[in-house]
Amino acid sequence: MGKKGIETMVGVFVLLGLVGLVFLALKAANLGTFNAGSTYSLVARFDNIGGLKRQAPVRTAGVTVGRVVKIELDKKSYQGLVHMEVDSRVEFPKDSSARILTAGLLGDQYIGVEPGADDKNLAAGDVITQTQSAVVLESLISQFLFNKAADAGAGEAGGAKK
Amino acid sequence: MSTDTLIEIDRVTFGYDKGRTILNDVSLRFERGKVTSILGGSGCGKTTLLRLIGGVYPATQGTVRFDGEVVDARDIEQLFRLRRRLGMLFQFGALFTDLTVFENVAFPLREHTDLDETMIRDIVLMKLNAVGLRGAAALRISEISGGMARRVALARAIALDPEVIMYDEPFAGLDPISMAVAANLIRTLNDTTGATSLIVSHDVQECFSICDHAYLLSSQGRVVAHGKPAQLNASEDPEVRQFIRGEPDGPVRFHYPARPLAEELGLGA
Amino acid sequence: MTALVASLGRVVLDVMYALGHHAYFFADLLRNLPAAMRRPFLVVAQVHAIGNRSLVIILASGMAVGFVLALQMYYALAKYGAAESLGLVVNLSLVRELGPVVTALLFAGRAGTSLTAEIGLMKAGEQIAAMEMMAINPKSRVLAPRFLGGIVSMPILAILFSAVGILGAYVVAVLLIGVDAGNFWSIMQSGVDVQRDVGNGIIKSMVFGVICTFVALYQGYETEATPEGVAHATTRTVVIASLAVLCMDFILTALMFTTH
Repeated sequence: MGKKGIETMVGVFVLLGLVGLVFLALKAANLGTFNAGSTYSLVARFDNIGGLKRQAPVRTAGVTVGRVVKIELDKKSYQGLVHMEVDSRVEFPKDSSARILTAGLLGDQYIGVEPGADDKNLAAGDVITQTQSAVVLESLISQFLFNKAADAGAGEAGGAKK
Repeated sequence: MSTDTLIEIDRVTFGYDKGRTILNDVSLRFERGKVTSILGGSGCGKTTLLRLIGGVYPATQGTVRFDGEVVDARDIEQLFRLRRRLGMLFQFGALFTDLTVFENVAFPLREHTDLDETMIRDIVLMKLNAVGLRGAAALRISEISGGMARRVALARAIALDPEVIMYDEPFAGLDPISMAVAANLIRTLNDTTGATSLIVSHDVQECFSICDHAYLLSSQGRVVAHGKPAQLNASEDPEVRQFIRGEPDGPVRFHYPARPLAEELGLGA
Repeated sequence: MTALVASLGRVVLDVMYALGHHAYFFADLLRNLPAAMRRPFLVVAQVHAIGNRSLVIILASGMAVGFVLALQMYYALAKYGAAESLGLVVNLSLVRELGPVVTALLFAGRAGTSLTAEIGLMKAGEQIAAMEMMAINPKSRVLAPRFLGGIVSMPILAILFSAVGILGAYVVAVLLIGVDAGNFWSIMQSGVDVQRDVGNGIIKSMVFGVICTFVALYQGYETEATPEGVAHATTRTVVIASLAVLCMDFILTALMFTTH
């Protein structure tokens, strides 16, 4: 195979590689969705962030509009501080609330933002004050048991009175 | 008698490992424009000498001088300059098997010069013509015989018109015709280009027929004798005579050192 | 007793020497890279010899691995009702781990051994010595283009392995088993991050490319110039390159994919 032939074959090889890369990036991963475009940052405080991780999505009505970029502890109030980057095209009213939700039953956790009714919108760097912490399974179970115990106690007392 | 010495080996000692020295305090001189042979049995350091001249290894003791300059095997710039003036023919050709005959001869031209392809083509064809293989230019290396490979290697060695051409066993394994061709080529090239030729060989007859001066090395890595072919032929030294005449036993023993045969076979006292 | 300590000491010294020799060789290779980059055709020819010639085995293996992954993962996932995530699991396995690693192992076996044998035989046939005598540095003329060829080829091969694997898994999962095609792709897309997964996978394959090509070139160049020497050298290439790739994979995975 002559010089031209070899160069052509290598060109085909490299082209195949690029096609594969594009396939992997677009069809098989999330490049198409979010990363392009400008963002602004918001902060939210939580009593308990549960299993929230960096890169977790921020969703409104189920649509991803941002990402969690940093999670740290506020040393004065002992609350979890979650820094988010939100798509600039989406704006939230000042009294919007943020909750930590779970995708599916045992899935990854994400932040769900519910828009409020205020006229003014959150600006870059603002803090979302209305938050609801993650559901911690142990608290849920102990509460359930407590309720059960309370019902049983009330039932006994009621039964005893009769 | 002042002679123009191009390469001088001055009291050189060298060994590949610490334990074994191959060359012991040898001194040789190679005169400009002449054909000099280095003769000796296998393993006596002839090829090693060529490597020392080419700067592949540094001498343990003594100096190697090329055109007055001391060859320093560690100085890469100097080695580069030196090797441009050198052409070496390896024992089995050492041709690049992935290239054709033409491309092999063109290799040094393409690497070292900026000549355009038409000029390179002309030069390559002329060199191949000098060795009689111009018609084989398009063949692959796997398609040519051993003798032809040597000639192609020679064409490659002279591609840049070097001042010194070194031949490592150019006659080994060739048929009588090819041997005569090779000997003729070596002598003609030397005379027409004014180059200096060094032949390492153990083929006494062919070498004597074309060389001006010869050195004989012993298996201990020393120079046993040197001189013109006629002088060596007439020498009375038993080592020289054994080698020149090809006698099976003499100063170089036939038997490798061993216990007496009777003892080995366990025969009677 | 002292003999044992002495031989232990000798082993340690030998290992130190070998490491140093490897490092020196690597530095020498790097030093000669610019010269090779000025002769692009040499590099292109090597990409052809190394990359193009490996395409068949890489593509075939990729598809086979994709098939098998889909089959195996399906049964594990179906137990938890998560069969729809099959695409995601296969993709992550391929792009993060199997693509770079399996490609590297196949590369070491196919291209690595051929590089080692080629250079070992060139050395045995005195071609390297001939080049040196012609004042041509064999490291820049012979070794550096092959090094660049390997570094360029490996990531491309790894990408193709993963891509073909995903397609193979699609064929098995959607066409054969009956997983929903839409979910197959959408769950995959939402779970795979280009920078973190695809990008890190490519970085891994580049590192593996350097390792495999370097080991192959070193073994070929430093081998004893005899048939047995070349045979041992090719074996060593595969063994050392494979072990090095697996070790580096562990280190890189720990660095890239565990949360700190």
